[in-house]
Amino acid sequence: MSIELSTTYLGMKLKNPVVASAGPLTGNLDALRQLQDCGVAAVVMPSLFEEQIEHDEAEIDRLYRYQADSYAESLSYFPETEHYSKGPQEYMDLLEEAKNILSVPVIASLNGHTPGGWTRYARMLESAGADALELNIYFVPTDCGMDAQEVEQRYVDLVASVRQSIEIPLAVKIGSQFTSIPNIAYRLMTVGAEGLVLFNRFLEPDLDLEALQIVPDLVLSQPYEVRLPLRWIAILRDQLQCSLAATSGIHHASDVSRVLLVGADVAMLTTALLKKGPRHIETILVDLVNWLSENEYVSVEQLKGSMSRANCPDPSALERANYMKALTTYTKEYWYP
Amino acid sequence: MSDHRYTTLDGNEATALIAHATNEVIAIYPITPASPMGEYCDTWSSSGKRNIYGTVPEVIEMQSEAGAAGAVHGALQAGALSTTFTASQGLLLMIPNMFKIAGELTPTVFHVSARTLATHALSIFGDHSDVMTVRSAGWAMLASNSVQEAHDFALISQSATFKSRVPFLHFFDGFRTSHEVNKIETIPIEHIQAMQATELIQAHRDRAMDPDRPVLRGSAQNPDVFFQAREACNSFYLAVPRIVQETMDHFAQLTGRKYHLFDYVGAEDAERVIVMMGSGAGAVEERVQSLTQTGEKVGLVKVRLYRPFDREAFLASLPKTVRRIAVLDRTKEPGAMGEPLYQDVLTAFFESRENNATSQSELPHIIGGRYGLSSKEFTPAMVASIYDELSEESPKQHFTVGIRDDVTHLSLSWDPDAVHEADDVKRAVFYGLGSDGTVGASKNSVKIIGEHTTMYAQGYFVYDSKKAGSITVSHLRFSPRPINSTYLIERANFVACHQFSFLEKMDVLKVAGPGATVLLNSPYSPKEVWSKLPQNVQRQIIGKNLRLHVVDALKVASETGMGNRINTIMQTCFFALADILPRDQAIEQIKKAIRKTYGRRGEQVLEQNFAAVDAALAALHEVQVPVMSLKELPVEPVLDGHSDFTFIERVTKALLAGRGELLPVSAMPVDGTFPTGTAQIEKRSIATEIPIWDSSICIDCGLCSLVCPHAAIRMKVFPEATLCNAPQGFESKAWRDKEQPEHLMTIQVAPDDCTGCGVCVDVCPARSKEAVRHKAINMEPKDDHLERERANFDFFLNIKESDRTQLKIDTVKGSQLLEPLFEFSGACAGCGETPYLKLMSQMFGDRTLIGNATGCSSIYGGNLPTTPWTTNAQGRGPTWNNSLFEDNAEFGLGLRLALDAKYEYAQSLMAKCAENLDPELVQGLRESLSTSEEELEIQRKRVESLRKQLAKTDMLAAQALAAIADVFVRRSVWIVGGDGWAYDIGFGGLDHVLASGRDVNVLVLDTGVYSNTGGQASKSTPRAAVAKFASGGKQARRKDLGMLAVSYGNVYVAQIAMGANPAQTIRAFAEAESYPGPSLILAYSHCIAHGINMATSMTHQKDAVQSAFWPLYRYDPREARTDGQPFHLDSRAPRMTFRDFAMKEARFGMLARSNPEEADRLFKLTQQDINDQWHYYEQMAGIERTISD
Repeated sequence: MSIELSTTYLGMKLKNPVVASAGPLTGNLDALRQLQDCGVAAVVMPSLFEEQIEHDEAEIDRLYRYQADSYAESLSYFPETEHYSKGPQEYMDLLEEAKNILSVPVIASLNGHTPGGWTRYARMLESAGADALELNIYFVPTDCGMDAQEVEQRYVDLVASVRQSIEIPLAVKIGSQFTSIPNIAYRLMTVGAEGLVLFNRFLEPDLDLEALQIVPDLVLSQPYEVRLPLRWIAILRDQLQCSLAATSGIHHASDVSRVLLVGADVAMLTTALLKKGPRHIETILVDLVNWLSENEYVSVEQLKGSMSRANCPDPSALERANYMKALTTYTKEYWYP
Repeated sequence: MSDHRYTTLDGNEATALIAHATNEVIAIYPITPASPMGEYCDTWSSSGKRNIYGTVPEVIEMQSEAGAAGAVHGALQAGALSTTFTASQGLLLMIPNMFKIAGELTPTVFHVSARTLATHALSIFGDHSDVMTVRSAGWAMLASNSVQEAHDFALISQSATFKSRVPFLHFFDGFRTSHEVNKIETIPIEHIQAMQATELIQAHRDRAMDPDRPVLRGSAQNPDVFFQAREACNSFYLAVPRIVQETMDHFAQLTGRKYHLFDYVGAEDAERVIVMMGSGAGAVEERVQSLTQTGEKVGLVKVRLYRPFDREAFLASLPKTVRRIAVLDRTKEPGAMGEPLYQDVLTAFFESRENNATSQSELPHIIGGRYGLSSKEFTPAMVASIYDELSEESPKQHFTVGIRDDVTHLSLSWDPDAVHEADDVKRAVFYGLGSDGTVGASKNSVKIIGEHTTMYAQGYFVYDSKKAGSITVSHLRFSPRPINSTYLIERANFVACHQFSFLEKMDVLKVAGPGATVLLNSPYSPKEVWSKLPQNVQRQIIGKNLRLHVVDALKVASETGMGNRINTIMQTCFFALADILPRDQAIEQIKKAIRKTYGRRGEQVLEQNFAAVDAALAALHEVQVPVMSLKELPVEPVLDGHSDFTFIERVTKALLAGRGELLPVSAMPVDGTFPTGTAQIEKRSIATEIPIWDSSICIDCGLCSLVCPHAAIRMKVFPEATLCNAPQGFESKAWRDKEQPEHLMTIQVAPDDCTGCGVCVDVCPARSKEAVRHKAINMEPKDDHLERERANFDFFLNIKESDRTQLKIDTVKGSQLLEPLFEFSGACAGCGETPYLKLMSQMFGDRTLIGNATGCSSIYGGNLPTTPWTTNAQGRGPTWNNSLFEDNAEFGLGLRLALDAKYEYAQSLMAKCAENLDPELVQGLRESLSTSEEELEIQRKRVESLRKQLAKTDMLAAQALAAIADVFVRRSVWIVGGDGWAYDIGFGGLDHVLASGRDVNVLVLDTGVYSNTGGQASKSTPRAAVAKFASGGKQARRKDLGMLAVSYGNVYVAQIAMGANPAQTIRAFAEAESYPGPSLILAYSHCIAHGINMATSMTHQKDAVQSAFWPLYRYDPREARTDGQPFHLDSRAPRMTFRDFAMKEARFGMLARSNPEEADRLFKLTQQDINDQWHYYEQMAGIERTISD
């Protein structure tokens, strides 16, 4: 019996629910080609960081300006070159190339910094051929005077303005640190997000004890992290009429099955692909088919959301009671005074 | 106008456009003010721009101008079309090849931005002393007077040289023409092609060396035929004037611009005529035009083809009515009967009379005069004085104009107010900082008006001699007619002051004409600004009825993300007030110009600039000038060369006040000798933030003082009693040193001398336990601390210096208690070179002679008005001289040879006087070889005793010995320069000096580029780095100069990086100096041309060492004895990849952006270089050597 793996994400028909999330592999044309060959259903390009572009532009501008026209013998210190790549062009070139070589949908990802930047780059990505756009909103409030409402309004306004500026499907990737995830998710959907990607992992910096410096540190996801999207997708699935993508901690076919069961339309992978390479997609797809087959599912669509909060036998397990129970069980297994 | 192609560019670009279009091989070498021509060609060729023959010219940088000329000579001999660009000393280095090229009748054009030759001083500015020096080389010489002519004559020369086979020197005035931006009509490609006859090019190729048609050229000849052979070329020279005129005529047919060998302008019946060439003709022509309108019988002959000098054409250009002629030379030949052009004119008249070739019954009265040396201003008012002089019964012979000569009384006086420019010429002057972008915006304004209106536009830019905090003055003219005003604006109708603080420092409004508009960048509102203006400014505003406007440009810049870049804001306000273009159109054009200039920098940069433009006008306000009467404007006092004041009071302070133009001849040293110790009087106060010491955290390490490029943060140790008169707030702490218990120490900033670079804070290792970001020194707003720190620094200076004999000077702490004798230089903020010089001055400065190669170190070391080299309380300090760029090693060796000769003479005199001297003293003086501070002090005391004992005898030998006895105290000779000198132009000499075995110390301040001329590649430039002349990334591996020197065996060599290993640096200096033979120190010197954050530049040096990009080592021949191991590798094996290091520097990162594949290739090769070099050095560290004495 053949099993129908296709799913729909952001209005796009995908051949299966396994999507390569934004990461180093999706920024490399060879790797993209391999991912497609191994069966990936769609790819999300690495994020175009407006802040980085601004920083680079400012640095180049500073470089040329510094000490220029100051001293008669040295009116500049660098040869002007016409061809240095600047700003988003490199990204646009990569996106166009990816579109040329891939038949699966290519989702561009954007991490903006200014209101003007979000919409400007969103339009640029659309015109470069992106099939859909994922907004990667990563805002760390540092001001005690800024309340939750203000933070959330930023997200909502931003999504609304980008939605109005482009025609392609729009997904929004957010972090989990909201007072009410269902409320913000609902508001984002209301202003035009056709999908939510849950969740962004905040890459917390570390502290170097020797140098006494805050240092950036990339920590790859661990399998247990899948539980966060698992819970919230289960809770959101029945209340939202938009696509849901699960990301973080999806390493195996069993993780894919889990997130599909609670209601995700797609499962997104980064860490597992980095560790095991593009061919891991093949393994996941085989394992997924086997599991579906063993459990007598006929399609992914059948599976999707069958364990959502509304559909699962014990919704309370998704709520606080689960925490209390888990904590008690956990501590008992270890040394206790 | 629609039939013509107008563009605004400077003389260098105008010339380079033709040179690049018509040549195949371009050999270049950087020299101001000609470097931009090579840079343009290199950039164009790098981007694939083709010449008219369809190929991309090969642009190759050589090791010197001599090398460039040699390469051109070879290229020509093998049949290529080849050229070069140069000026000044560079042209002198080309002379031998120029004789050869001319002797072989080889067509080529050398384009020269004529520049002053170094005599009593170096000068980068313009005159004809260089081109006049090569007039015997057998080259045709064609003089351009303007940017348009530089463009046109470049092509006329290129065409005429192939017709005549005589090589052409095409020259124009350095800076005044080379750097003046002017609206010119460019020559279309088809006209350039039409001027190059294919058959003549082919004839040149047919004459080339070719094994299919072998010839011998460059033979050696004997007395039997050399003379005849030398005369064999005469007919070619005789033909040149006709060929040039025909070429000019052909050019006129194509372009409509007519030129002649000698162009006359003025009255047809002129009686008084000036003969001259170069940009000064612009000023003369303007004066002639206005004088002839009033019926004056005056005229001007502009000499175009100076060599071969066509007597008939010259005489024919003069009106027959001429009775008086003034021949102006922009050069000086001391001892000659007159300058060259004057002599040529005399000869022409004399020979014509001999030959009855002139119809004039009697020769005119001809006088010669000098003007404009080193770009000295030459104005229509001065021209007026020359015509007046020609009206005198006995006009002054060999006069000068533009200066006041109160010694030989040759100068003409002139009335600067006698002549005014035409009313319809708009004249704007902008005062700005180098860092605020004023010059860039002014260049854009010239382009906007020049290229988008029917008006003509001209821009000329004046810079001061500082690299940090430099002030710029932009002079812009806009006129309905072509602008040939080759002098600075004197009565502006618009003056913009982009920095409020300038009002206190200089007379900004002196240049404002009556009724002028003044635009002031002011932190004060229109209502409060008046009370903040200095009285002199208020007086001029009222006295000249000026209209004052203010804009808080810094606030607008800050609000629009522009930081301190106020240029576009001020530019927008200028257009709003200047009434040249309608406002909307002006703003549109400004934005277009911004897009053109900054477009490639990205949208953000553009948007910030656009936002600044949009916000500017709302912040622009006119100031209601109060009605009040003020005293008359003060009359400028006449400066006197003979007053009782000290030299510094009389001269240096006048220079600092911007009044150097007013100094008379008598005020100046006759031989270029100046006192040292003058930078300390400048107090430029350019920093906005200064380092403030927190004594509670300091760990006494001295690093802040060591790395300070300006000696603006210092350390002293003193007994507690010293503080009894300390000002309130003077900080100190306990000094942690067993040998000086009960002592205190202080780290003190010189608040008015600090440039605010922040390097000291970056290296400070001591952090607060409570707030880690707080260090033992922290950058804080200067204004919050200025008064207190000024008082503290004054007190600090009066604290007694530590006793040198008691210090461990080979440690960081100890070395920093030595008084710096190099302080407050005008080098860039955060300069990587100056900390080494300061350290050298601390360790050996009181007995040092310095020979300094031309370059950054000679500019911040010896460019007037001041010098950072200074003296200690005993009056001792480094004595300094800059000979040339190319000869510095030899010059330094000469210093050593003189010292050794003097020492030997002193020894022989002492032997003669020995009977009258204490034998123990004589022995001590003779045998003192140690360079320890204790021994030096003892030796100084011996010299004192010697003099006392000599004074008791009346022997002539005793007097002679007393005069030179100081030579017994060991002198330290330092040969200082950059890598451009050591690796390239001066390498031959350096190699010879190192091989000489003599006791000299060579310090190479190795930035890996020609820093002073703007970052051109040298052989020290690392592979993969982007630099000028290597805009596609340097292809070749960096030359290992250190190992070349090590190969001699008896040369002390060290490679150091202060920021990576200060202790090794200090040790290397001590060892190099004490080694009684040649020593070479290669000092890693970061530079703004690396594209790094200068504030963290010293800590970044650690990356250079950790990646083994710059390994540290010392090779000490003293350890090469009986199989010793003299090579010490002082840094550890690479712990970082080259890529990780390189991507922190824009010189490498730029390549990764512009050409990632090439960057990958070159980065890999560079990593291989590094691996190979490390492997080699590791083996060297194990090698045993025995070097015999």
